Amino acid sequence: MPNTVPENSVGIVTPQCLHFDEPLLLRSGKSINSYDLMIETYGRLNENKTNAILICHALSGDHHAAGFHSEDESKPGWWDHCIGPGKPIDTNKFFVVCLNNLGGCAGSTGPSSINPDTGTFYGPDFPVVTVRDWVKSQVALMEKLEIKQWAAVVGGSLGGMQVMRWAISYPEKLRHAIMIAVAPKLSAQNIAFNEVARQSITADPNFHDGRYLDHGTYPKKGVMLARMVGHITYLSDSAMRDKFGKAAEPINSETIAGNFGRDLRTGKLSFGLNVDFQVESYLHYQGERFSERFDANTYLLMTKALDYFDPTVDYDGSLSAAFANSSCRFLLMSFSSDWRFPPERSREIVDALLEAGKQVSYLEIEADQGHDAFLLPVPRYIDAFTTYLQRVSDEVNL
Amino acid sequence: MMRPDLDIIQHWIQPGSRVLDLGCGDGNLLKFLKSEKGVSEIGLEIAENNIRLCIEKGVNVIEQDLNKSLQNFKDKSFDTVLLTQTLQAVNYPDVIIDEMLRIGKNCIVTFPNFGNWRSRMYLFFRGRMPVSNFMPYEWYNTPNIHFCTVRDFDELCRDKNIKVITRTVVDHRHRGSWMIKLWPNLLGETAIYHISR
Repeated sequence: MPNTVPENSVGIVTPQCLHFDEPLLLRSGKSINSYDLMIETYGRLNENKTNAILICHALSGDHHAAGFHSEDESKPGWWDHCIGPGKPIDTNKFFVVCLNNLGGCAGSTGPSSINPDTGTFYGPDFPVVTVRDWVKSQVALMEKLEIKQWAAVVGGSLGGMQVMRWAISYPEKLRHAIMIAVAPKLSAQNIAFNEVARQSITADPNFHDGRYLDHGTYPKKGVMLARMVGHITYLSDSAMRDKFGKAAEPINSETIAGNFGRDLRTGKLSFGLNVDFQVESYLHYQGERFSERFDANTYLLMTKALDYFDPTVDYDGSLSAAFANSSCRFLLMSFSSDWRFPPERSREIVDALLEAGKQVSYLEIEADQGHDAFLLPVPRYIDAFTTYLQRVSDEVNL
Repeated sequence: MMRPDLDIIQHWIQPGSRVLDLGCGDGNLLKFLKSEKGVSEIGLEIAENNIRLCIEKGVNVIEQDLNKSLQNFKDKSFDTVLLTQTLQAVNYPDVIIDEMLRIGKNCIVTFPNFGNWRSRMYLFFRGRMPVSNFMPYEWYNTPNIHFCTVRDFDELCRDKNIKVITRTVVDHRHRGSWMIKLWPNLLGETAIYHISR
């Protein structure tokens, strides 16, 4: 944390662990009899309980979306650019709820928790959870918090898919659905990248069929590899040229670096199998850091939830039919350089909403940062997000 | 202040209907129709600042270039499709009109009448493309690339078998006098058409 808490930060926050005893019947047919959800909240719930916003996290996110857990924490929560006083999701106006999804590894019940039935780690026995199951558990959370309707449910990427599920399955429980950098379902290319990530984890000799915790070990290399390949898909070509092309003079614009992002790590080639380029060392660092905090089985579960998501399965493949009962208003935003979930994928959702006769706004934000842009302070994105939620606040804070 | 052509067209909009505004600008018209007529509105716009103004007003807006394609809109999915003071700025006005009539049950088109006597005089006496307060651009930087006259548009409707439900032509104060009714193409400055197939 900086020496003093920045004015537009929610400051020091403390997570809470909520316990649920109602069994949760999962999409797979299995069920979880009881579970914990780790949550964080920012801002204050108004008297009529109308100003609550639910944040749904993406693949590697958790409940820690904003602020700092302690003065020693070097980086704030994952969506600190968008949550805080005066930020798009303004904690002076909204009561913000963020959770770690079921199957996660940041405190909510997941593969690295102890299975009460066996007294050992769930590991690979933890059931496959889907977006639908997560949203079901989020409804239970909503009831525990005695919130009748969300002012908005908000999420980017896999988080946006949860927002979609809310709008389809629980239409009366939200006023606004805000989906950022999202797709209606994964493409073959998306699934292919996920499979490479899964294979790199399961092929690690330390994986032990998912029972690595029982063996007192961890498939660190596998998780690193999975994260490295994932990370490449979050960035754009131009973002990488920019990030790793600092040694070169820009040719004609501030974004395209003259050496294609080929900055060397030490200034010369090694002519061996060493890390020569900055981009390599960056990916190693990102993978390394990630593998220190993220559970391998959780990563497998999250990628499966992504692969399985398809809101049209119950509607003969029609996305507009899926939205037929939705009554909330929709805001979608996509980013020009996002090749993981490119703008066309958001347009599919927008078009389905138009066909279904729904109220929808859509912005295609020019940004170089790729899929990651939704986490970053892209000016037009932040401005539109702020403006939209200002209207929502005017509606719910009477 | 409400642009007076907008005041005229609101009478042709059914309360509670679904309205699509192509090139909705700052969203003022849709906001007005939403509050006065309870319409369910969608605006199409590409200017970032206008999109922001729409969001600020709570008007549904989609960032989409109507010069590219409107194929994502289904047949007869809107009650009324609007194109106000935008016809002259699109790449293919005839294609847009066809698309509007496909998407909407009825359509409203307004455009500046280039056949107005002021334009004629300007061109006649100065021999240069007309520049006025109303059309403040030079020929080389104008977004208005397809000016037409009331008579031109009538001709297009005839060629395409488009039904003109109402045609109103007004002057710059948006009055429709008996003189304009007599010589719309000469005296009218803004043409307002209510059309359908």
